[in-house]
Formats: sequence, structure tokens, C-alpha cells
Amino acid sequence: MPAPFILDRTSVTQVMAWVLAALLPGIAAYVWLFGPGILVTLSLATVTALAAEAAMLKARGYPAKPFLTDLSAIVTAWLLALSLPSLAPWWLIVTGTLFAIVVAKHLYGGLGQNIFNPAMVGYAVLIVSFPVQMTQWAGPLELTSTPLTLAQSASVIFGGDVPKATLDAVTMATPLDALRTGLLQQHTVDEILVQPIFGHYGGTGFEWLAAAFLLGGFVLWALRIISWQVPLAFLAGIWLTAGFLHFFDAGRFGAPWFHLFAPSVMLGAFFIATDPVTGATTPRGKLIFGLGAGFLTIVIRTWGGFPDGVAFAILLMNLCVPLIDQYTQPLVYGEAKAAKAPPA
Amino acid sequence: MMTMSEFRSLFHNGLIKQNTGLVQLLGLCPLLAISSNVINALSLGLATTLVMAASSGAVSGIRNFVPNEIRIPVFVLIIAALVTVIDLAMNAFVHPLYLVLGIFIPLITTNCIVLARAEAFAAKNRPLHSVVDAVAMGLGLTLVLVVLGAIRELAGQGTLLSGIDLAFGEAAKGWVLQVLPGYHGFLLAILPPGAFLALGVLIAANNWKTARAEQRARVAVLVPA
Repeated sequence: MPAPFILDRTSVTQVMAWVLAALLPGIAAYVWLFGPGILVTLSLATVTALAAEAAMLKARGYPAKPFLTDLSAIVTAWLLALSLPSLAPWWLIVTGTLFAIVVAKHLYGGLGQNIFNPAMVGYAVLIVSFPVQMTQWAGPLELTSTPLTLAQSASVIFGGDVPKATLDAVTMATPLDALRTGLLQQHTVDEILVQPIFGHYGGTGFEWLAAAFLLGGFVLWALRIISWQVPLAFLAGIWLTAGFLHFFDAGRFGAPWFHLFAPSVMLGAFFIATDPVTGATTPRGKLIFGLGAGFLTIVIRTWGGFPDGVAFAILLMNLCVPLIDQYTQPLVYGEAKAAKAPPA
Repeated sequence: MMTMSEFRSLFHNGLIKQNTGLVQLLGLCPLLAISSNVINALSLGLATTLVMAASSGAVSGIRNFVPNEIRIPVFVLIIAALVTVIDLAMNAFVHPLYLVLGIFIPLITTNCIVLARAEAFAAKNRPLHSVVDAVAMGLGLTLVLVVLGAIRELAGQGTLLSGIDLAFGEAAKGWVLQVLPGYHGFLLAILPPGAFLALGVLIAANNWKTARAEQRARVAVLVPA
């Protein structure tokens, strides 16, 4: 029993509630910068996740109430919803969430047993299966003339009758997409960066969203719900890899700050890579896990088939966790290093 | 000659109890690679069945003349020769389909199911039994292939029997069933992960069915009617 003045933040429900709370600045920034469409996506994902969780708990013979109220399904739903394009059709959101909860979470044994981060599995399934629909990103309001209202966004998401011109006016390529397309057309980075979608460091609007996720992540660290190793190593991995490439050929590779100030990176570093179930558990292992995920993100962004690589990088590192944990076991206190020769 | 019960038990073994795809988990490479639609799955399944029937018959026929030490190379030579025949025949008569199945036809030679039946069954049994066993095992494989192909094709592109024109010519194009019109397509099901996921679900379903049957049998023993 801790002393009564020590606030205990260790139960699953409490941790999950704090993660959700830490996502709120990001969600607020999202609504402010990109319009209220994300609220529809978040609600739909939440409802789907809870329904799928309840159905799977029943099928597996678990009591529904304690597991449904531990909020873990809602965290998965929100992380997935925040990764999806904000005007993605409803069936895309439902398919991704169902895959995350049913296959990636429950078929692997439920909370605490899953090898892969459920939200990232849902995202990977969608980006591999529906590459076209996964490009319906609402552009930043700063750059759109007629922003969609909440009702209009809902109508787009639920396949209502929206004139194509209206939709084309509000959706646009993300900064990472724009960079990738420009590079494929043999433009140099400097030529690409004059487009209005690019802001100070990252994309217009996108960089502030990234900052809001960073703020939420900082709160989680300050409360010691996540440790510093994974986010720092992840960001360092991104910065070092992108910086290395940029140093050698600034015309062909984006600047490290640009890569760092993408919302996906901040969301990945503080909320997804830090998942206690699918991430490394030892202190040194967390550093390796984060560095590897950051390195792979840049490699996939630069040479892979998709504009962003955070999801695949984290899934690939999830796969390495048993190996990393095995070789980074800390010494038991008081035990000497075995490799050193005994004193003569 | 063989009795009806022998015949039935061989078929039960091949199709259900010792099913190569769901129970023995043999020959998974072609199973996963070629099951992206029903027609591919059915063609490769039938080609494999044909090779198995012929090779098991041949192996069983010469089982008493082959020295034990060199039996495996002899079996492999027989299988390879038969696969070459199938390969050339498919190239000649169903050329478009041959192009789609590609390397997986010659690779029937290395499919462990074929050699496994030759070694485990045909080398120890009479020719008739061996052929029936091979056909049953081959059909068991074909069954799993077709079910897997149907699941993946339906989920992946909303059709059944697409590519049937490869086997029966242009006229057969109209036979393709558009089960889900206006379907967006679900690329994952066609891609390799879809094969692993669908096979996993099939194996789980089969295990669940077996476990339930065993449980029922146990209850039936405990509580005689």
C-alpha cells in the first residue's frame, strides 16, 4: 500500500484514462486547424471498437463490464481514428477498427497478449488494401476557401450526396504526400517546399498538430505514465537518419525538422511506440526499439511504397521486441558482469 | 480388391481426418501462393491430385523391386517425370492458365505431400489402395485450396470463378459470378497476408469442430443413452 498522499496511477483504467486525456490537446488542435470532421471519425471508431470488444469478450467467455470499462478499446479506436484521413468513408473506419479489435487484439489473446499494436495493424490493413480512399485528407483550414461544417463532414464520411467539386476543394495531399510526389517528378526539395502546404518546419497546420501531440506526450511523461527512452530514441532515430541523408543530398531528402514535425511522428513517438504491451520493456531495449522505429520510418518514407512509414516501422519493431528484451536484460542488483576476468 | 469400408476410411482420412492443408499442414507454400482465386486453386489442386494418383500407383507397382536404400531418389524421379508430363500438357492445352500458375506447376515435384504419400503409403500398400489414398489426399488438398480461394476471391474482389476464361477460352468470360456488385475490393485478401489469415481461420474452425466432436463423444461415453 502506498502512503495515502501518493497518487496511484497504475491500474489499466487509470493509465488508459490519462492517455485519452493527453490526446485531448491534439484533438482540440485537429478541430481548430482542420475542421470538426475528426469528431465524426473519432465517435464512429469508438462505437465500433466498443461493440467489437463486447462481442469478442462474449465470444471468448469473459465478463463484459470490467474489460469494456478499462478504456483500452477506446484508446485503440482514438489512435486509429487520429491516424486515418479525416474524411475517410465510414466503412473504412469500421473495417480498420474491427480488424484492430477482433484480429490484432482478441485473436492474439486480448489486452496484454497482443504482439502488434492493434491501432497500427488496423492502419496497415487499410493503407495496404484501400490506398485510394486513404488519401481523403482534409486540408488545413488556412488553405481551404469553404471549410466543411460538422454536418457536411458527417455527410461526406457516411457517403452522402456531396458534390465532387466541394470534396476536391477541401481535400488535399498531406505534406509528406506532396514531398513524395514532387521527388518522384524529379523536383528538388527546395522547389517542392514553395507549395502553400509547407509551413515553417513541417506542413501548414500539420506542424501545430504535431506540437499539440507533443504537448500531450509531455504530460504523459511528466506523470511518468510513459518513460523518456522510447519517445526520445524514436525522435532521435528520425532526426539522425533524416539529418544524415539531408546532409549528403539536401536536394533529394527532406530536412530532419520537416520529418520530425509530422503529426504521425509525435503521435507514434509518445502514444503508439510507448504501448507497454507491444513495446520493449527493458530501459536499454526501449532505446533500441525507439531508434530502430525512427530509422525505419525514414527509410520507408524515403524508399518505400507509401508516403508515411510510422505504422510499418512500429509494427516491424514490435516484431523484434522479444529478441531485444532477451538481449537487454539488466543485471540483477549486486551481480558482477560475467565477461570480466576474475582478479588474479 | 478393396472393400467398401476400406474405401470409405481412406477417403475419410484424406478429406477430413488427415487433411493435408488443415491437419497435416503440408505443402503450405503452393497452398498460400495459388489460392488467390477459385480457378487457380482448383487447377493447381486437380493437377496435384493427378500427379499424386499416377505417382502413387507407379510407386506402389514397383515397390517390391526398388532397393530400400535408393527408394527416395527413385520416387522423386517418378514424380518429376509425371510432373513434366502434366507441365507440358497444360502448356499445350490450357496455355493461358499455364502462364498464370507459372512456377507452381513444376514445383509440384517438390510438394512434400506427393512424396509423403509415396513414402508413407504407396511404398507399403497395393496399387489400388495407393491410388485411392492419393486421390483422397489430393481431393482433400483441392478442397482446402478451393475454399481458401473462394474466401479470398470473394473478400478481395467480390467475384467467384474469375479467370475461368483462361481454362475454357473467351466464351467462358460470362461465367464469372459477380457476387457483390459495386464492391470496393479488399486488396489484403488477395495479397499474401490474406492467405495466412484465411488459412488460420480455416484451421481454427477445423480444430474447434474436432474439439467439439471429441467432447461430445466423451459425454456420450459418460452418459450412455
